Amino acid sequence: MLEIRFHGRGGQGAVTCAELVAKAAIAEGKYAQAFPSFGAERRGAPVMAFLRVADEPIRLRQKIYTPDVVVVLDPTLLGLPSVVEGLKEDGLIITNASKSPETIKKEYGFKQKVAAVDATKIALDTLRLPITNTTMLGALIKRTQIVGMEALSEALEERFGRLAERNKAAMERAFKEIKIME
Amino acid sequence: MPKRVGMEVSIGIAEAVKLCDVDVISAYPITPQTHIVEHLSELVANGELDAEFIPVESEHTAISVGAGASATGARVYTATSSQGLALMHEILFIVSSMRLPIVMTVANRALSAPINIWNDHSDIMAERDIGWIQTFAINGQEAYDLTFHAFRVAEDEKVQLPVVVNIDGFTLSHVIEPIELVEKELVDKYLPPRKPILTLHPDNPVTMGPVGIPEVYTEARKQLEVALMDSKEVVVKAWQEFKKIFGREYHPIETYKTKDAELIFVTMGSITETAMLAVDKLREKGEKVGLVYIRLWRPFPHEEFYNAIKKAKILAVLDRAISYGTNSGPVYTEIRSSLFDKKKKPYVQGFVAGLGGRDIPTERFFEMIEIARSAAEKGECPQYIHLDVKED
Repeated sequence: MLEIRFHGRGGQGAVTCAELVAKAAIAEGKYAQAFPSFGAERRGAPVMAFLRVADEPIRLRQKIYTPDVVVVLDPTLLGLPSVVEGLKEDGLIITNASKSPETIKKEYGFKQKVAAVDATKIALDTLRLPITNTTMLGALIKRTQIVGMEALSEALEERFGRLAERNKAAMERAFKEIKIME
Repeated sequence: MPKRVGMEVSIGIAEAVKLCDVDVISAYPITPQTHIVEHLSELVANGELDAEFIPVESEHTAISVGAGASATGARVYTATSSQGLALMHEILFIVSSMRLPIVMTVANRALSAPINIWNDHSDIMAERDIGWIQTFAINGQEAYDLTFHAFRVAEDEKVQLPVVVNIDGFTLSHVIEPIELVEKELVDKYLPPRKPILTLHPDNPVTMGPVGIPEVYTEARKQLEVALMDSKEVVVKAWQEFKKIFGREYHPIETYKTKDAELIFVTMGSITETAMLAVDKLREKGEKVGLVYIRLWRPFPHEEFYNAIKKAKILAVLDRAISYGTNSGPVYTEIRSSLFDKKKKPYVQGFVAGLGGRDIPTERFFEMIEIARSAAEKGECPQYIHLDVKED
């Protein structure tokens, strides 16, 4: 079972991010569970969303305390202690950032692996909005292979209808451009 | 082939209600129930569901409108949570005693104060004695399946009672997980159109709900209790029929690895699956533990419950609410009372945990087993233990 925690700001789509991957994984025949942090979300405030993906039915309903992966939608959140809280030692941070993974790792003193992609730039180019959730999906699936691009594209189409094409383009570009530091 | 889809449990419930061809939905939004009726209002607005969606100004009116609609013979649905359920309180008794079938999903949430939107069972435990049939779902699939079951039972000729389907707020209502969707044709087979015994209609006037003077009130209330206790037979039959048509099996009381279990956990709702994992982990260490979970809370299935636990030495009962002034939780009190007359009965230790959204991780069950064992050894008069409390 893979446990993923998404960090974003209210309005950036962290919850949608977790939801789309869960739907795609289930469509592929896997088991998944996605849920928000159940808080009083407010636009702009730091929010979290959670995702479990497994090959067997998931019975665990507690919060995710020791994620395998954290996905950070907004680079200004990288300094928050909550971002790496409980993250496994051999875990992975996938972040939206204009800086290289090496620089980020050094700057924040992360012990875990870091992968980075300039999702804000890609989102502004393709969506004309600084909403980075679908872009970050491309980075996530490139690095973890938890779901295929096809299933995720279908989930995007169902969720965004007319706007799906642009979101898919953003996702595919992030898939290509992500830089990983082991 | 049934379609397996990843969807939010609230949306799944709304889709189930749609397949049941409801006539009237009257509801007022309250977190964490809102997504259910929000989706239903969309289905009505876009023409996918031919029903009257009646938006009202309070939950008191939501259930009052439901009562009136059910009296005309309509198939009625509503949903609520917490303060909303509390605001319905006085009408809930009227609905059951007037034998008006209504199905209501309660997305269980804590009661104020302090204001708290998160999950526990305080709301429904305060409505234990309303005379409604009450079931609890442990996951999204059950929340979906129990919705069909609720309509079938509520409208059964022998029952004619309202039903609450309890789903944990947020921990079920807001989770996206796989749900196996059912075919409309099969739902039509399982749930025939409602055949009301008596209806309100201007062409054929009747009086419903008049004053019950002392000469008749006792009999009316006794009738309600008899009807509710007798409904168990229909509840069970409707689950048997459900299995025949949809393939999934449900019972009033369920067991998990209890065959040789010396200690049995008792749970209700979505914490059950986490408890199963705890049982698995304890079994790996050689502990003889098992789990019993209560799906049918009202009418309480005394016989089935006793049969499920009679071989155990210790019961560890997990309550998600407090029965204030009794020094225990409501499920614990119920079980102790149910076992009182039995010659052979286990030691019962009560626990309260997970109030107002406090997480219950698997480790909490390891703690429970230690406490329950040591209490049983000492044989001390058991009191409930409130887990995970910051006391300093």
